[in-house]
Amino acid sequence: MISLNINQKTYQVDVSPDMPLLWVIRDIVGLTGTKYGCGVAQCGACVVHMNGEAARSCVTKVSRAEGQAIVTIEGLSQNNDHPLQTAWNEISVPQCGYCHSGQLMSAAVLLRENPNPTDDDIDAAMAGNICRCGTYPRIRQAIHLAAEMQRKGIKNKN
Amino acid sequence: MDTNTLSRRKFLKSTGLTGAALFLGCYFPASAREAKILNAAQPETTEIELNAWILIDTSGKVTLLSHRAEMGQGVYQSLPQIIAEELEVNLNEVNIIFAKGDNKKYGNQVTGGSSSVRGSYKNLLKLGATAREMLIEAAAKKWNVANEECYAEAGHVIHKPSGKKFHYGELVVDASKLEAPKNIKLKARSEYKIIGKPLHRQDTPLKTNGTAIFGLDKRVPNMLYAAVERNPRLRGVVKSFDDSAALKIPGVKKVFKVRMGVFSTYREGVAVVADNTWAAIQGKKALKIEWDDSGFEHLSTDEIYKRQQEDLKTKEGLSFRKVGDPDSIIQQAAKKIDVVYQTPYQSHSCMEPLNCVAHWQGDKLEIWGPIQAPDWVQDYISKEMNLPRENVIVNLTFLGGGFGRKAFMDYPHEASVISKEIGAPVQVVWTREDDATQGPYRPGISYRCEGVVANGEISAFKVRMAGQNNGHWMGGKKDIANRSATEGFLKPYFDSMKNISVADVPFETPIPTMWWRSVYASTNGFAYESFMDELAIAAGKDPLELRREYLKDERLHRQIDKLEEVSGWKNRKKNEGFGVAITECFGTPVGQVVKVSKQKDGKIKIDKVWAVVDCGWYVNPDTIKAQVEGSIVMALGAATIHEITFKDGMTEQRNFYNYRMPRINDIPPIEVHIMENDADAGGVGEPGLPAFAPALTNAVYDLTGKRIRKLPFSLATV
Ligand code: FES
Ligand code: FES
Repeated sequence: MISLNINQKTYQVDVSPDMPLLWVIRDIVGLTGTKYGCGVAQCGACVVHMNGEAARSCVTKVSRAEGQAIVTIEGLSQNNDHPLQTAWNEISVPQCGYCHSGQLMSAAVLLRENPNPTDDDIDAAMAGNICRCGTYPRIRQAIHLAAEMQRKGIKNKN
Repeated sequence: MDTNTLSRRKFLKSTGLTGAALFLGCYFPASAREAKILNAAQPETTEIELNAWILIDTSGKVTLLSHRAEMGQGVYQSLPQIIAEELEVNLNEVNIIFAKGDNKKYGNQVTGGSSSVRGSYKNLLKLGATAREMLIEAAAKKWNVANEECYAEAGHVIHKPSGKKFHYGELVVDASKLEAPKNIKLKARSEYKIIGKPLHRQDTPLKTNGTAIFGLDKRVPNMLYAAVERNPRLRGVVKSFDDSAALKIPGVKKVFKVRMGVFSTYREGVAVVADNTWAAIQGKKALKIEWDDSGFEHLSTDEIYKRQQEDLKTKEGLSFRKVGDPDSIIQQAAKKIDVVYQTPYQSHSCMEPLNCVAHWQGDKLEIWGPIQAPDWVQDYISKEMNLPRENVIVNLTFLGGGFGRKAFMDYPHEASVISKEIGAPVQVVWTREDDATQGPYRPGISYRCEGVVANGEISAFKVRMAGQNNGHWMGGKKDIANRSATEGFLKPYFDSMKNISVADVPFETPIPTMWWRSVYASTNGFAYESFMDELAIAAGKDPLELRREYLKDERLHRQIDKLEEVSGWKNRKKNEGFGVAITECFGTPVGQVVKVSKQKDGKIKIDKVWAVVDCGWYVNPDTIKAQVEGSIVMALGAATIHEITFKDGMTEQRNFYNYRMPRINDIPPIEVHIMENDADAGGVGEPGLPAFAPALTNAVYDLTGKRIRKLPFSLATV
């Protein structure tokens, strides 16, 4: 049995210790917001937070996640109102939407560490996340907007 | 005639809605050219097949049934926006649900050809307006006043003189007893309050908190997971396999051989069923399979392009269209341009790898998945698995990208075969490697372009393409030209050039191919519009001016003017490279200008892209801009970063480490403009793609004098 703390809830899972966290979250715990895109740390679809850091769950063995604080997209905010989620909605960022769990989780770490990122900062922080639909221009725009909302203390524009 | 009828009861059952409601449908009487609207609550309507439906319940909620899938293109947003306009309700009152696969009920359901809006908007406008008029009439009757004294607004009917109002929900029962009025007058564009506005997409909240259910997220009770090792040479068969190591992996339950249809042929593989995805993938890796794939071991793309270009030396191919006599002009010319363009095979590589859930239940099969063509899936599987059509139920999930790949039936068929074998519901997951190596792909194509310029005019223009023809391999006639050679090419060129010919030199290989976003336009556009640039230079003309001269069409001229204006084409400076290209597909011409410059390290940088889109009547300008931005990003990857190659009969690219994708730092600023006019709606999801590559390479030529004739090329080493 491995004990996992995901979105502040404890789960006991009976899996092989080298199963990647991604598949444990999706198939065993049953949270499907975290996505599979490549399985080899190339696309960022599977990004979750581990103790506040962005981690690619497809290459993170579940044994390494034991006892760590894990946050998935489902836990990014209570009411879909993280400044990034609000900005994503404001700018209609997603197209198919499949990559955006990972995009948001990567962006959330950026925004926490750098409340006022430049375009270059965004490029550096987000280059690990592929979007096949090509929503990159809007991701950039929305991160700037979220940063602005965060600075001004606006929680939800609507 | 099939009497597969749609009763109100059946509709309510399929939607999960209950109770009294106003229910309108639209249908095509055999003799009519336009759709008719009818009140589907009336008993005599039960025999009629309906194409688009809305339902308003007693709470005033509106439900719209979409027969197109949502794969990112925004039907989730644009179809409700159309209904809400004429119906006079707020957008958040309109729910959209996705129809199950059934072409008997909905007609062609393929989400492709950029058709979601342009195929249905006229009917939806009519449906909304008809419902509104019926609600007004019901209210007027209740108040005992004339219809003309009443109007509709924000989900209410209001009696103008008195200010009295009814909520729609209070009127639906009465309205459902009325006959649907004919000859409804639709609003003029200038009266629109919702259509034409950049409203937020309704599906965004679902896609920012992990609640949107994509195919891979579908779960059904007692579902198992499967991964399949398929023949790496695509057409070979399984000779034997050793599953002893696979079966030792905890969670692995069963291993067996599968065979699934890929259009006219079959593909073989070995399936590993397990109680979670990871175990299935581990089991697949542990298999030892001996393939019989003789005959395919020498297949290579190098060889393919070489053969294509040999063919183009001698074969004239299937003529699509010929005007005048370009051949003799070319033969007699002292000076001619005779060049070959080459475009690569490409994978769709949707972010969501292929997957499908199937549940075989003996006499019935239920499928859930990211599917672009549910009706094709239903047809195909009922034939392959010997089930009556109505016993194959195809449910749609959100699609994590489609781009043409998810209109294929192989992966639902495979899931069905596996579910039948194990007698349990199963989700078949394709790994990224499976997705990248198995195809089908956009075909690699060679073009031979010959032309003569005399006195500043194009006196002969001849293009032949050699590549796999999707139409042929899907069972179309092989001895006549289909549209493959002209997709993307602007028709007015055929009127303005006195000697022009376009032909397809069909070419076959065992590589499975399929539509890839914007289909042939995605490669034709590069050949035609680069060649046009070469001709302009030879004629000593400004490339944009040359297009104006040869595209004698007022609407196109306005678009060219706009492109010239927004891009600052006339004021371009010495050390800047500017390139232009204009293509048309799915009813929408798009012009693009790309600006490039050289960086200190010698690399080419794309400074900016301007796109001007003329899609006629449109719903949501923001959705259009998003689609064009996305198309340009996808085109940028295909032009400068990735390609699929074959060696020794196998795909060389396996995952994003060697089928690299554009990333956020590769993306230049993109500015999209939409032309305003009332012409019929054109497509939006694909037409933004083809013009980018030639506009870029034309810009590179403008800057460096180097002509790029083969894609992809590297911006770093031009
Ligand atoms: S799935 Fe983990 S990085 Fe792609
Ligand atoms: S929105 Fe489709 S992959 Fe990013």
